[in-house]
Amino acid sequence: MRRRRFLTISCTTLGGVLVYSLDRKVSLLSANEKNKDKSLRIPLRFFDEGEALLAAAAASRIFPSDVSGPGAKEAGVVIYIDRQLAGPYGSDRYRYTQGPFEDAPAEFGYQGKATPREIYREGLKGLTGFDQLNAEEQDATLERIEASVFFSLLRQHTIEGMFCDPMHGGNADMVGWQLIGYPGPRLNNYDEIEKYYGQAFRPKPAGLREVSGHSVGASEDEK
Amino acid sequence: MKTLRKADVVIVGGGWTGLLMAKELGARTALSVVVLERGVPRSTDKYADDMDELDYAIRLRMMQDAAQETVTLRHDARGRAVPLRRYASFLPGSGVGGAGEHWNGQCPRNLPDFFELYSRTKEKYGVNRLPEDHAVQDWGITYDELEPYYTRTERLLGLSGKAGNLRGQKVEGGNPFEGWRSEEYPTPPTKLPYFSALFRDGAKSLGYHPYPVPAATLSQAYTNPDGISRPPCVYCGYCERFGCMIGAKAQPTSVLLPVIEKKKNVTIRKGAWVRRLVHDAAGSESRVRGVTYVDATGNEIFQPAEIVFLASWTLNNTRLLLLSGIGEPYNPGAGKGTLGRNLTHQVSFAAATAFFAKPLNRFMGSGASGMLLSDFDGDNFDHSQLSFLRGGLLEARNTGAHPIGEFGEVPHRVGSRWGSTWKKAGIEYFDRVGRIVVSGEHLAYKGNYMDLDPTYKDRCGDALLRLTLNWRENERRMAELLTEKTVEIARAMGATEVNTFPGLRNYDSRRYQSTHVQGGTILGTSPESSVVNTHGQHWQAANLFVLGGSLFPTGGGANPTPTILAMTYRTADAVAERYVKRPGPLA
Repeated sequence: MRRRRFLTISCTTLGGVLVYSLDRKVSLLSANEKNKDKSLRIPLRFFDEGEALLAAAAASRIFPSDVSGPGAKEAGVVIYIDRQLAGPYGSDRYRYTQGPFEDAPAEFGYQGKATPREIYREGLKGLTGFDQLNAEEQDATLERIEASVFFSLLRQHTIEGMFCDPMHGGNADMVGWQLIGYPGPRLNNYDEIEKYYGQAFRPKPAGLREVSGHSVGASEDEK
Repeated sequence: MKTLRKADVVIVGGGWTGLLMAKELGARTALSVVVLERGVPRSTDKYADDMDELDYAIRLRMMQDAAQETVTLRHDARGRAVPLRRYASFLPGSGVGGAGEHWNGQCPRNLPDFFELYSRTKEKYGVNRLPEDHAVQDWGITYDELEPYYTRTERLLGLSGKAGNLRGQKVEGGNPFEGWRSEEYPTPPTKLPYFSALFRDGAKSLGYHPYPVPAATLSQAYTNPDGISRPPCVYCGYCERFGCMIGAKAQPTSVLLPVIEKKKNVTIRKGAWVRRLVHDAAGSESRVRGVTYVDATGNEIFQPAEIVFLASWTLNNTRLLLLSGIGEPYNPGAGKGTLGRNLTHQVSFAAATAFFAKPLNRFMGSGASGMLLSDFDGDNFDHSQLSFLRGGLLEARNTGAHPIGEFGEVPHRVGSRWGSTWKKAGIEYFDRVGRIVVSGEHLAYKGNYMDLDPTYKDRCGDALLRLTLNWRENERRMAELLTEKTVEIARAMGATEVNTFPGLRNYDSRRYQSTHVQGGTILGTSPESSVVNTHGQHWQAANLFVLGGSLFPTGGGANPTPTILAMTYRTADAVAERYVKRPGPLA
């Protein structure tokens, strides 16, 4: 077994995040008073710490933390991406991967051989030192790779990590859902659907495990 | 290979058509029926755990696994096809209930003239108005003949809606363009999301005729003729790509499975991946003897049968016949063969993405709660001065906006796709944007067809199906006019800004359109121009019946499931009442 790797993050940058310990027990770490000055060591499943810092920095430029609200950093997007890459999605378990691999126009979809894991590993090599740049330099770097498959995955996964159900490791404390007024899965809107024409109806968000009252399996944990 | 005991009936595929046939034959005959479904079991009471956008709507957990089997695509017969490495432009389902579990449940009927497209067009505009490359032909069955079966389908599903034409009498509030119907919908229209109400008012102000979407998501509790009771829809917004956790949406596991499970003569075998239909040597008197499949543990099994129904998803019906060597593959160059011809895909696109000042509460809704209009469908508007034929339906629904798929849709003027400006606009417009969607007819062309791919194989080593498919000028011009009309409606709804559909160029496998792919085993009145007769009975093998969208000779604007189920009922009647007593070709 490879040596365990961790990402160390200051508690104050994360709203709260679900982490698994070695025996796969889930616990919620959050930036409450008790943890205020602490830093969190979050176990990584795919990235090494250097890669995680680069991916986190890039995701933060795609979905920045700024005057319009929290962003990728607070939502724990990098933790979400790490878990996706470690799971079946990252290894292309559900993609047709038989050859030959031919070039084709964009409208035929991604035709490459590389898996998401390989695309990230290679793509992050090209971002060496990115986390040390200032924001303007970071944006200029991303603009140069905007047309790459790596960037389009990073952008898509950043959105996923902002707005997924928190059971997937992103959208920590539902900061993404609160940002846009999305309530998560709601079992019943019968009385409300015709009641709020033209007015915002914003129920308090809740994740699937809270709504269903039990643990629901996430695809990234499939063996 | 292990040979099992002979069954009277084998049905390949446990989706809408396969399970409807199993229910009908199970209830009306003493025949032993085996349904072979390659996917997993599913049940309505498990679906509350599926309300997760990432795993179901993005990672597509209910869909066919492309790693096991996909299709290849090219735009014309000169090109080299490449595989669709992920499904995207259409999403075939897998598991018991098939795509019927994760559909939206929009259920308009097809227009009467759709079934006689060739002769009606010729009569009204002259045959020269059909595109040069067209392969349009009549169905050989008319709307009037199908009407009783549509009615049975609507009672089965409990459709919620408002009739616009009751036995020829126009009814206020319904669709004035629809074909006559023998009775009112079983249940009244569903509740209406705000966005759909804006569409209704905007469309009316322009003189159009919006009407409630005929919905398989029930407006009120309903008990169908089989005694199946379902509750009203709660507008949770988890229809498309999800199963309905309370069965308010008609889906095979809530409507058909409870009836089938009580029939001792019907068995559903899961994990059965059918590879071939076994038949006697080719010839006009050929018979199918059964099917071979690989079971969940990898064993090859032969299941003999007296009657075989091919009821898998539309594309796989064609593929299994090609792999089995039943019928002559279509060759457009030589103009020979029929198997694989007339591939169509509903021309579906977001014509106008409209931005509003007020919030829409888009997370509430159902797959079919909304408004439609048919003013620009089929030949409901005059085409004599236009450069194309036919048209499509315009619709405004709230299917339940989920944030991963929906975040980031911002007015074009914003200009960026990431970073602070984009994020700010994304937050501002997340709940202030709605899409008006066009569902248009796709004419059949000689050059749009299917055959076996020479290069790529599935997990068993069997050739993948190859689609040769692209748009023609008729669809492109139709899309242009319908987009123009849709944008006018969006403005009348009070949209502050509108993103306009950029137009159809080449067929784009990345953009989800609809799962309404048709053709390949088309029905007709002659073995020269079709694969099966109007009962779905194969011209070369009288004990083989094909069910589903693969029978459609042209693609409709209206979603195909009601028509597919109506035709399945018609075949069930013919088999149960006539074929079983006297096997042979049905007239």
